[in-house]
Amino acid sequence: MLGMTGTKFGCGLALCGACTVHLNGVATRSCVTTVDSVGNAAITTIEAIGTTASGRKIQRAWLDLEVVQCGYCQSGQIMSASALLATHPHPSDSDIDDAMSGNICRCGTYVRIREAIKRAAESSAVTAKGS
Amino acid sequence: MPFDRPRWIPADRRDSALADGVSRRIFLKTGAAAAGGLMLGFGLPAYAGEASAAASSDFAPNAFIRIGVDGSVTLTMPYVEMGQGAYTSISMLIAEELEVPLSHVRLKHAPPNEKLYGNPALGGIQATGNSNAIRAAWVPLRQAGATARVMLIAAAAKRWKVESSSCYAERGEVVHKASSRRVKYGALAGAAAKLPVPEKVTLKRPDEFKLIGTPAKRLDAPSKVNGTAIYGIDARPPGVKIATLSQSPVFGGRLKSVDDAAAKAVKGVRQIVQLEDAVAVVADHMGAAKKGLAALVIEWDSGPNATLSTEDIARDLEKGTLNAGAVAQNVGDVVKAMTGAVTKVDSIYQVPFLAHATMEPMNCTVDVRKDSCEVWVGNQALARAQATAAKITGLPLEKIIVHNHLIGGGFGRRLEIDGITRAVQIAMHVDGPVKVVWTREEDIQHDMYRPYFFDRISAGLDYAGMPIAWNHRFAGSSILARWLPPAFNDGLDGDTTDGAIHRLYSLPHVRVEYLRMEPPGIPTAFWRSVGASHNVFVVESFMDELAATAKKDPVDYRRALLEKAPRAKAVLELAAEKAGWSLPLPQGSGRGVSIQFVFGTYMAQVAEVEVSKDGGVRVRRVVCALDCGSVVNPDTVRAQVQGAVIFGISAALYGEITLKDGRVEQTNFNTYQVLRMSEAPAIEVYLIENTESPGGMGEPGTSAVVPAVTNAIFAATGKRLRKLPVDPAELKHV
Repeated sequence: MLGMTGTKFGCGLALCGACTVHLNGVATRSCVTTVDSVGNAAITTIEAIGTTASGRKIQRAWLDLEVVQCGYCQSGQIMSASALLATHPHPSDSDIDDAMSGNICRCGTYVRIREAIKRAAESSAVTAKGS
Repeated sequence: MPFDRPRWIPADRRDSALADGVSRRIFLKTGAAAAGGLMLGFGLPAYAGEASAAASSDFAPNAFIRIGVDGSVTLTMPYVEMGQGAYTSISMLIAEELEVPLSHVRLKHAPPNEKLYGNPALGGIQATGNSNAIRAAWVPLRQAGATARVMLIAAAAKRWKVESSSCYAERGEVVHKASSRRVKYGALAGAAAKLPVPEKVTLKRPDEFKLIGTPAKRLDAPSKVNGTAIYGIDARPPGVKIATLSQSPVFGGRLKSVDDAAAKAVKGVRQIVQLEDAVAVVADHMGAAKKGLAALVIEWDSGPNATLSTEDIARDLEKGTLNAGAVAQNVGDVVKAMTGAVTKVDSIYQVPFLAHATMEPMNCTVDVRKDSCEVWVGNQALARAQATAAKITGLPLEKIIVHNHLIGGGFGRRLEIDGITRAVQIAMHVDGPVKVVWTREEDIQHDMYRPYFFDRISAGLDYAGMPIAWNHRFAGSSILARWLPPAFNDGLDGDTTDGAIHRLYSLPHVRVEYLRMEPPGIPTAFWRSVGASHNVFVVESFMDELAATAKKDPVDYRRALLEKAPRAKAVLELAAEKAGWSLPLPQGSGRGVSIQFVFGTYMAQVAEVEVSKDGGVRVRRVVCALDCGSVVNPDTVRAQVQGAVIFGISAALYGEITLKDGRVEQTNFNTYQVLRMSEAPAIEVYLIENTESPGGMGEPGTSAVVPAVTNAIFAATGKRLRKLPVDPAELKHV
């Protein structure tokens, strides 16, 4: 028991994405992942996603665009979005649909999530040019 | 982060600050702050502070503000934060008059205390709902801030031996105009606390507002993007065990027998708790609790509702509507007018039971001790949470400590205390704290549901095709009759009929009747936009039918009936203009419109849909124009509309709870579907701003979008949908 509460229980069947974590950088639904199956893979949760480049940009964009409402699903949303941005620095709308449609938000923040992912991608572009 | 985090320290070491030691010095009169039928005028008592725990020299002129000698400003939030942005906008109201920057304030959840934190717009019940937090707080919480400011200025003036009128406050300081001397609030706290509380204070004029009306950053956002926000489900008092449960699958059933041998053998399972109508497995963690629950062999006595189905309920309601109901609105003479009509239109509408499916499943943590009880939960009706725990444990109210938390989705579900009652019942059998977490299946199958409604509606049109008679009768559950009985009178309540009673359209002859019929074997509750979620669908769909019968454009038809409702007409015209109402759309696509006045807000929406050959509906775009009077946080208003629209589309396209053999058939997000990212439309929100009293914003977006979508489906396919949710089989075309 690590006692970290950022990762949320939502459905228990990998239907809602609230429990999303990264296994070796890949967005994974922890509610259907057994401890045994993880092996030596590196686990990243919302608590540490700000230490990754894509996670930091996503969190920043989430704040800039005021994405959150109740916030309960947002740990999972941010984990899915960070994984997307790490592999697709300039995601298209259909990339966003594919990566994010497993994460339900009952408050209905989808419009802002989409905008925020694009905003984070733009900030990636600026960084890439600048470096 | 600005929140005082819950403290999980043993009760005997915790300061008993919260509800105790209240000395009521003054009464701030709330006046008729809030609109709406439930408004009861009463005084909102204020108190001098949190007694023992706080330094006596702190300045706490009322229940909402505490200014420490260290300069800290703590605001106590009487309304809960469930995503609607209340913590930020309520803080803005206080901070505006108190003259402190929003970034300087710390927030605290209010403890249960109906006298201090009752909602004047909900009959004094300490509850957050009915989209009325801002409406209820609009005057009293600005008064609370202004009172504190006046006293701080007086304290500074006294110190400088000048007139109060020669000083002003800004950014947490009092300034003497002539000498430019400044003193921080913290340094004045002790002196201000000794001053008399002014009877009357003058509030700022809207043109003096610095914060109100400007987009403020949500105070809760940083903690919600880094996993540190604490919800009820995150409470972890030391030694807490985790329980999950199975309640009688048929409402009203009883537990007959349990074979728990296999469950007890599961590693980590500690205890099986049997109640009259439920069984819980207590374990070291949720995984073990779930495994244990699955290993139980349970026999239920299903009771009187064993064979109940949704069809039975619908049939009863249909029969019920053959009888006259309580008259909610009666204008002119509908019967006579109907006989003189050139054309008559008759329809039947039905809406289903709906679950809330909040992302945070139902949960509650309870520690029942010999002489006290502690509850950790996120709930919209905190004083009731305390009362139910007192009732079950037999302890006095003051021995029940309730810690409220951020709420992972309310939508009306957490205005109920069934989950707290259940958790306390279980905790009575457990030594030490226990957190009861419902599985998603339990959450969906033991929700309290948006009621099923059955509507008969007819209209008579004149030669020009305009309605001269409108006759609407419907049957279904009244939630207020149970939740707030004094609000149910003569067979009517303001919520169940909200949106059915005409307040906008000029109609010469109107009759609206309601029959309260409680469905057997299925509990009902408020659900985002409540009465309007049903009535606006019926009224705006039927208005569309009339326009189609008259062969008139749906926007023009409505506009012609809105001559006496200029604010409504303005939002209709703005929505139509921004949506490009008259522009052509491809084959298989259509636009639909709706207009409403509910929760004190005028709103029009235009939805654009695409219907595929197999009947699949895709909502492409929603344009919303609204007039909610004074706007506190415009970005929150936009966010609430965006979210409410998604919530409503989920209901329109997918939402349906059905019963078979007395059991709810849906189980999880695979069978109770909600909109996902790939299905979300573009949403545009346009505000007409003015200085009228604020309207509610949490719910109107949900009721407005449903008929906009079904009317758009009609425009695209010619198929009128009178029963929700949308059935793609009805829309198939080749």
